[in-house]
Amino acid sequence: MTGSMRLGFHAPETEEELAALVFEAAETRTPLEIMGKGTKRELGHPVGAGAVVSSEGMSGISLYEPTELVMVAKAGTPLAEIEAKLAENEQELPFEPVDLAPILGYAPGDGTIGGVIATNISGSRRILKGAARDHVLGIRAVNGRGEVIKAGGRVMKNVTGYDIGRTLAGSWGTLAMMTEISLKVLPAQRETRTILCFGLTDQTAVEALCIAMGTPYEVSGALHIHADLAARLSDEEIAGARIRSPRSGSRISRPRRAIGPTACARRCSPIARRWNSTANAAKRSGTTSARRCSRTSPIPLWRVSTAPTQAAKLVGNLSRKIDARVVYDWSGGLIWIETPPLTDAGAVDIRRQLAELGGHATLIRADDATRAGIDVFQPLEPQHAILSAKLKHAFDPLGIFNPGRMYRDM
Amino acid sequence: MSPLILPDPDRGVTSRRNDIVKQLKRLVPEATLIADEEGCRTFESDALTAYRCLPLAVVLPSSTEEVSAILRFCHDNHVKVVPRGAGTSLAGGALPLEDAVVLCLSRMNKVIEIDPSNRVARVEAGLTNIAITEAASKHGLFYAPDPSSQIACTVGGNIATNSGGAHCLKYGVTVNNLLGVRMVMMDGEIVEFGGKHLDAPGYDFLPLITGSEGQLGVVTEATVRLLAAPEGSKPILIGFDSTEAAASCVAAIIAAGIVPVAIEFMDRPAIHVCEHFVPAGYPLDAEAALIVEVEGSEDEIEYLLEKIEDIARDFLPTSLRRSQSPEETALIWKGRKAAFGAIGQISDYICMDGVIPLSQLPKALDEIGWICRKYRFDVANIFHAGDGNLHPLILYNANDSVQLERVELCGGEILKLCVALGGCLTGEHGVGIEKRELMYEQFTDEDIDQQVRIKEEFDPSWLLNPGKVFPIEGRDAQRMRSIELTDLGPEVETGVEVAIEAELAEGHEVP
Repeated sequence: MTGSMRLGFHAPETEEELAALVFEAAETRTPLEIMGKGTKRELGHPVGAGAVVSSEGMSGISLYEPTELVMVAKAGTPLAEIEAKLAENEQELPFEPVDLAPILGYAPGDGTIGGVIATNISGSRRILKGAARDHVLGIRAVNGRGEVIKAGGRVMKNVTGYDIGRTLAGSWGTLAMMTEISLKVLPAQRETRTILCFGLTDQTAVEALCIAMGTPYEVSGALHIHADLAARLSDEEIAGARIRSPRSGSRISRPRRAIGPTACARRCSPIARRWNSTANAAKRSGTTSARRCSRTSPIPLWRVSTAPTQAAKLVGNLSRKIDARVVYDWSGGLIWIETPPLTDAGAVDIRRQLAELGGHATLIRADDATRAGIDVFQPLEPQHAILSAKLKHAFDPLGIFNPGRMYRDM
Repeated sequence: MSPLILPDPDRGVTSRRNDIVKQLKRLVPEATLIADEEGCRTFESDALTAYRCLPLAVVLPSSTEEVSAILRFCHDNHVKVVPRGAGTSLAGGALPLEDAVVLCLSRMNKVIEIDPSNRVARVEAGLTNIAITEAASKHGLFYAPDPSSQIACTVGGNIATNSGGAHCLKYGVTVNNLLGVRMVMMDGEIVEFGGKHLDAPGYDFLPLITGSEGQLGVVTEATVRLLAAPEGSKPILIGFDSTEAAASCVAAIIAAGIVPVAIEFMDRPAIHVCEHFVPAGYPLDAEAALIVEVEGSEDEIEYLLEKIEDIARDFLPTSLRRSQSPEETALIWKGRKAAFGAIGQISDYICMDGVIPLSQLPKALDEIGWICRKYRFDVANIFHAGDGNLHPLILYNANDSVQLERVELCGGEILKLCVALGGCLTGEHGVGIEKRELMYEQFTDEDIDQQVRIKEEFDPSWLLNPGKVFPIEGRDAQRMRSIELTDLGPEVETGVEVAIEAELAEGHEVP
């Protein structure tokens, strides 16, 4: 039921304005769709809200102290602006944010930092540096009661009260709407070396990646791309396992020796070049497999999180049921799977495997009808469903933020 | 007489004490149950020894199922529960309550699994921090968070306070290294969060649980991330003739794109006390010293140390000394890790845990010195400089109740300073009871209400570790204001000067 609140699009420019808006929405029980620039609107269940609230009016870097490795930015600040500012000081977001915009049919770099944190989708370097949420030092937000809240701060270590900032990471705007985020940043990797191994089976490739991760050479990317996908990558002839290490050139032979005997690769060669100069946002993990697809004919794309050692088995079992195209990242801990346009986008088969092997799956891209028909996010165990509802209630007791975005009854 | 108060005990519970103990015994016959005064005495305080309270009883379960049975019983009988690991909290996080059962996890200390391929360990929450690395080292792996108390403190306690340590500048704190927990809710329900995979399906409960000081549930098992041990590491010891120079050097190192694995800061009193305790060759002529440690291959270590030395020279160091051997490295760290113990031998102290933005470091140290002089206490500063986590040790006499009250006021003022400079009250020790009443310095009513609402969703009856973290409004604040600064008593004699004199006597040059 909708009250007297003005529907349509809102982009408040201050926290106070947002708080007043949310307060009014709560009073009138008006559901709100929360977004930044809306580049991930096609992800998750469609939100049936009368009013849309965007953070784009709250934009700008409020504080940047390169020597403290800290940046504080308003939630609506474009990711591109943040990355450019950091690059001026040879720093970067360590978690290598995945830019989903091209996958979902938008221009690269369009998304906001609020969207990056709210979805907590980290790139290849997550295995070395941690996830997006790990770099959240503090937040300011408006909760579902229309109250301005803050948690954490702008310092590296903080256990003063509950860690609400990192809890909001990955909550998809369903708990509170972030207005400002402080982030830990790091010096950019100046030089990286990449080892390419060709002709490996999935099982052997994942084993090789796991061995590489067990070495002390600070491997910052561990990727395995199926040959049929790799063959279609026009700009890079990348296939097989790809291991990226940010250390000095003389050391690349050591990780190569470590994985060599196991991998039994037909060819295992280091390429010496700056990864960052050739890899743009669209080539980051996940995007690689999907960037050629247009939004009008979206091939279903899944993001599966599991224990690395289960990855090849999961994909093997799945391949017996459906025709899946696969990229393994995080040394097998993250699997991007393209499935044929089945009614359920392969949900039943993927989740049946996960029930046995452990982990979870999120449908990143599919057409509206498919997304309306299946669980986009991993269905929760009853215990977790109850606790999630409680957490939601603690922040947004009237359920006005992004109703149904993650789970239909929440 | 303690300045901080605890919630009024529930007389309905304390009067049923014998009955509760009897029922607990019947409920978990295999668990160790301590109900006699002598036995309970061992658990009457944690490392914040100024506060003591005999609990109703202590129970040491040996399985998650026993924890579940105990919590369900306490829930149904409205008995409070104080979870405890090794009791190393410096903030009173494990301080018992008269009407509470202490649930001590120290017997749940098994390594359940080391999985080198997935680089994870699954352990029971009562296992000590160091035991994870000990179990993983044969695979060339280690567990990164390394609080000073790592020989004693438990994984469960680390999770409760989101522990860091000297090396967290590079490797992050507990929350960054925790992949999953098995947790028992106050009503006895056993829930699994996370596992061997990265990232959460749906809401991520792990950051909420980490640092919640045992108020949302009792963690009984943890799955943690293991990292490949570095090829080598080497510290460099740099002395400066001012704290400003040392602080500026830290900023310059980071600005140059170097993130050392550790940057430890010691001021003059700390240098002298540590050197007296462990002769590691700390620079006695310096006003401040840094221990900067880098990791990697030999080439890489040499390269980084050269760069760091170049940077340090801009700040006119009084000494620059690279460790020349593993023995020397061990000695340098031994002195640092023994610092709290060394200072503890010359005086009682309270250890603060405020965090400040690094750029404020010179100002913060200056003000801390001024505050301590005002309250007439000696202070030694030894802390993790890279992340701005200060640990001023304020030296006082614990047997003097006036001093206790005054030292808490002094510490409180330092923490308020940290917040005013843009930092926070606690970086890794937790709020506990110690900083409970200061929470409003950092947070508004709305901020605290939001946290309280989460607590109430998880534990509506406030049975899990109550009286901690959140202010007990009004009463204390009033009390703390009532002590006038004009009535501070006589100057306090502590041991720093004595230690410095001892160094002099041994022939060391001290300007």
